[in-house]
Amino acid sequence: MDYSPLWISLRTAIAATVFSVAIGLAAAHYTVRLGKTLKGLVDGLLTLPIILPPTVVGYFLLLFFGVNGPAGRLVQALFHERVVFSWYAPIIASTVVAFPLFYRTMRGAFEEFDRTLIHSGQTLGLSNAFIFWRVILPNCRPSFIAGTVLTFARALGEFGATMMLAGNIPGRTATISIAVYSAMAAGNDALARRWVLIDLAISFGAMLIMNFTGGGLRRRGAGSGERRTPWLSR
Amino acid sequence: MALEVDIKKRLPGFTLEVRLKAEDEIVGLLGASGSGKSMTLKCVAGVETPDEGVILLNGRPLFDSDRNINLPPQKRRVGYLFQSAALFPNMTVAQNILCVLKDKAPRAEKRRVVEDVLRRLGLEGLGDRYPAELSGGQRQRAALARILVTKPDIIMLDEPFSALDAYLRWQLEQEMRLVLRDFGGTSLFVSHDRDEVYRLCDSIAVLSGGRVAAAGDKWAIFNNPESFAACQLTGCKNISPARTAGENAVFAEDWGVTLRIQTPPREPVRYVGIRAHDLEPCRGGDGPNAFPCEVVEALRDTFSMVFLLRLAPGAKTLRLEMSREAYKALGGPPEYVRLPPEKLLPLTRD
Repeated sequence: MDYSPLWISLRTAIAATVFSVAIGLAAAHYTVRLGKTLKGLVDGLLTLPIILPPTVVGYFLLLFFGVNGPAGRLVQALFHERVVFSWYAPIIASTVVAFPLFYRTMRGAFEEFDRTLIHSGQTLGLSNAFIFWRVILPNCRPSFIAGTVLTFARALGEFGATMMLAGNIPGRTATISIAVYSAMAAGNDALARRWVLIDLAISFGAMLIMNFTGGGLRRRGAGSGERRTPWLSR
Repeated sequence: MALEVDIKKRLPGFTLEVRLKAEDEIVGLLGASGSGKSMTLKCVAGVETPDEGVILLNGRPLFDSDRNINLPPQKRRVGYLFQSAALFPNMTVAQNILCVLKDKAPRAEKRRVVEDVLRRLGLEGLGDRYPAELSGGQRQRAALARILVTKPDIIMLDEPFSALDAYLRWQLEQEMRLVLRDFGGTSLFVSHDRDEVYRLCDSIAVLSGGRVAAAGDKWAIFNNPESFAACQLTGCKNISPARTAGENAVFAEDWGVTLRIQTPPREPVRYVGIRAHDLEPCRGGDGPNAFPCEVVEALRDTFSMVFLLRLAPGAKTLRLEMSREAYKALGGPPEYVRLPPEKLLPLTRD
């Protein structure tokens, strides 16, 4: 059995999750501060990819990254290669489709975040960067983990937009979801079933990780006797 | 060394227009909720920006709309104690304090500072705890410790006791009073509790509808509030619209009686007030401002008796409070009541 769809799927899902986290964090951080009208507009635009059918997203991706699209031409000019059907095309498609899930989750967490913590940090002289990385993010841990796992799961399951932008090229762009489709189309039930089981295992594992690590801030018992600040005299 | 605030900020519902001066003392900002107390603190701290005006701290401009100065909160050296303490929940108490210390200092030095301040605020042995594992009072003390190590030029406290149980409140209040005296700079203390403000502060500014209705020494404000808002916020339960009725006398419209007052103010009297414990039950209708009264309601309070009295038919009631002992000595509900002229509070402003 050719295991390339597994590696392509994992590579694509992991890369798309990393990009989604980076872009989603920045997008959530900045949209929270926008005025009401602008926020509504930007938010609508950023959320669009999860509302549109994946094939429609794929259509727009082709317009943008295609041979005559602006990004497609740029890559052609710089690296002399085509984005469409390339090994990284599934990553682009999955990122665009999955990133709104992370962005949405984090935006919710940032909006709910207790502003007095930010204000107290600022008046204590802490930089906004310190407050973001060391105060806001650690206290949004459950949302961060939930968002990451949802994004990973969505990226792993991406089919429509990937088919449009990356096609079905075994060993290059064919992911597990595409392999299932191909196997069924070719009448190879056994192969399809095998891929379905692998996909099930990965997805369920991701959900388990979310439930066991993201279900609230780590519990810290008062009488645990664990020294958290070892230098401090009792 | 002082704070000078003269700012204007339009908000939904009202306009904040605060003019305030504070020396190296504890100043109480007394006001009902929505009067602009917290917003004033936020403008001084720099987490909110006024539309126009000036904020000077020890002569240093924090905000000046004419000169385009608006320092970020990080540069203002303003300590801000929130009602919720606002400790970072993901850090222990010691880490909370350690993280606001300047990075340059040697590690050993920083650790010493943390241990010192924990000892000073009675938090020894609690440095290892997370905020969620502390009591409300301990959290407030830890937050104050974190502020003190940043050596602020001013400390502002936003209703620091209101989330605490009554018995904790009193103790923490006394501890805070000592720490603030020791700090020695300007402190702004926001509260809607007149007793708290009276015990803790040197001077008082009364805020009402976004403006300073009265400001000055706390004795003066309590003894002669001058405005309706100040009178009400200093806890006066009986206030009636009034108009001048001859020399040294006013007519209290709500109570339907003409009252003699001791020293009439220069401006026309618009309201007259009297505190519930200043009303004197008496035997007969002799002397100035003594009236027969009808007891509309008698209530037993924790340690006192409260009577609602009507002085004229169809008039609004006055509230009289007296100790249980005084009530026993009186031997029954009051039949006559005196409003001593020296205890009447003539008010000339809203």
